[in-house]
Amino acid sequence: MDFGFILGQTLSSLLMPETIAYAIAALGLAVHFGYGGLLNFGQAGFMAIGGYGYAISILSFGFPWWAGILVGMVASVIFALIMGLPALRLRADYLAIATIAVAEVVRLLFQSTIFDNYTNSADGLGNYHTSFREANPFPPGRYGFGPWQWSQDELWNRVFGLVVLALCVLLVWALMRSPWGRVVRGIREDEDAVRSLGKNVFAYKLQVLIVGGMLGTLGGVVMVLGSAVVPGNYLPSLTFYLWTILLLGGAATIFGPLAGSLIFWGLMSFLSVFLPALSTVGVLPFSPAQSGVLRYVFVGLALMLIVIYRPQGIFGSKKELTFNAR
Amino acid sequence: MPADSKPSVAPVKSTGLHVGKVAPGVAKVDPIIIADNVSRAFGGLKAVDVDHLEIPRGAITALIGPNGAGKTTLFNLLTGFDKPDTGTWSFDGSGLAGIPAFKVAKLGQVRTFQLTKSLGMLTVLENMKLGAKGQAGESFWKSLIPAFWRPQENEIEEKAISLLERFKLDAKRDDLAASLSGGQRKLLEMARALMSDPTLVMLDEPMAGVNPALTQSLLDHILGLKESGMTVLFVEHDMHMVRHIADWVVVMAEGRIVAEGSPEEVMNNVAVIDAYLGSHLDTDLGVVTGRIDLKEIQAADAAAKKKGSK
Repeated sequence: MDFGFILGQTLSSLLMPETIAYAIAALGLAVHFGYGGLLNFGQAGFMAIGGYGYAISILSFGFPWWAGILVGMVASVIFALIMGLPALRLRADYLAIATIAVAEVVRLLFQSTIFDNYTNSADGLGNYHTSFREANPFPPGRYGFGPWQWSQDELWNRVFGLVVLALCVLLVWALMRSPWGRVVRGIREDEDAVRSLGKNVFAYKLQVLIVGGMLGTLGGVVMVLGSAVVPGNYLPSLTFYLWTILLLGGAATIFGPLAGSLIFWGLMSFLSVFLPALSTVGVLPFSPAQSGVLRYVFVGLALMLIVIYRPQGIFGSKKELTFNAR
Repeated sequence: MPADSKPSVAPVKSTGLHVGKVAPGVAKVDPIIIADNVSRAFGGLKAVDVDHLEIPRGAITALIGPNGAGKTTLFNLLTGFDKPDTGTWSFDGSGLAGIPAFKVAKLGQVRTFQLTKSLGMLTVLENMKLGAKGQAGESFWKSLIPAFWRPQENEIEEKAISLLERFKLDAKRDDLAASLSGGQRKLLEMARALMSDPTLVMLDEPMAGVNPALTQSLLDHILGLKESGMTVLFVEHDMHMVRHIADWVVVMAEGRIVAEGSPEEVMNNVAVIDAYLGSHLDTDLGVVTGRIDLKEIQAADAAAKKKGSK
């Protein structure tokens, strides 16, 4: 077994655009669930809006890259309103059902042939990178060291993603320390109590849905910046990976989603090379390809174990334990 | 009667609150709430059916009645937490029909809940601060820039701390509300309601589940609200407490107002004794409210007996 290779793969995954994108989107879920108490099971829908909004504005309308991001954000607000205006009046568990359905509708619309001219249906979208790469401040060359070595474009993707992540962390921190955040956390505890104190609970919930959704959208943009938009990426399982990340790190924390994403992707990459290696040396009774898929089983198992044994996550304090699992 | 259901100082009762003869729905000299024809049915059950009700300003009014009399439902209707099938009602001269709960609270009519709603995972101080009205920092954009809300936040904090001192919760200010005892939560909920400087405080069973040692201080606090110029309307089962602090008592049974008056009058009212104090345990409440005609029942019983004996 080549442990150097396994370690290299694991370390390199810590700075993938996906890792950064998942952290941003999971931070959005932290706003929704950890602070606001909204059970959003449709974060994949917001990410899809980001990815498609960005790619379609560039490919079909010739927008520059930054305008593509803005289009994604505006679309995300509209999507949050469409989802929220009817569904936020529902009780938490019904909201969860509604969000998962709406996110699936979005994915299937993008994947269907109805808007084939724009979405390229099941084949997805690619080759929209020119504009973003032209904005790259790094001159051509190889950057980095050890397992982290990138071309100038790869570096630009990562730096940009990290800047977006930093801004999002700052935004959530600023919001949650303010009286606005206090109202939002109050709503998580008891809507009626906050209502009885003269706060427009519905308006706050809508704002929370929009803010968290925007982070999901930004995550969706960061994820596709250097790669392609693949409709198969936006399955409900994406939402559940984000939930695993959120609960791993701690639902009502600011750095929890970031730590959760690092651990999640580190483990996923580690297992994706380690398990096939095990099967090659004959420890696992599966083919290398089959054993690679086994890692998804571990994700499910991990999610279960966290919820049962450490519901507040790694960073969450036992005091502010929002996930009253028992 | 336990000594602790008395306030520490004998309260000054407000009198001369009503106009004309005392009867259910009697007009008040200075009403703060006027409700007309308010009804709410759950399926076939008419939970609330109030023809006319006025709550006197600047006094402590108790709303009493047996379980299921519709007291809490009426509370929910008056505060916008539930919508009635019919009726209109006004608070301080402005109509409240169709106004959502949060706007009702903004107008100065603040309520507490029968099952205490302290925000468990927020600290006691945060709970208090949440009660303050008109906070700039609670708007999304302004919240991002502390300069907009920091000075106000400091004022609110001072006010919250002085209220907490009054309610003897200041030692707990940094504890999570979830760590408080049931009685302390009741106190916190009341103190939090006061953060908004309400004109009318509506307390839904303030004594329920409160340990006897706290009862007296709660009573003193309720009397204190009146002294500082607020109107209090509360639901309560403890008749001793009602007798001691209420200036006016409204009795409900089966959704209707069956009696009104000063505590002494109401306690001596035959209908109330029948309905609530339970001297006629075997009589159907419907007889007291007039839903069932007793004579008819007796006639029916007699007829049934005749049939049986044949």
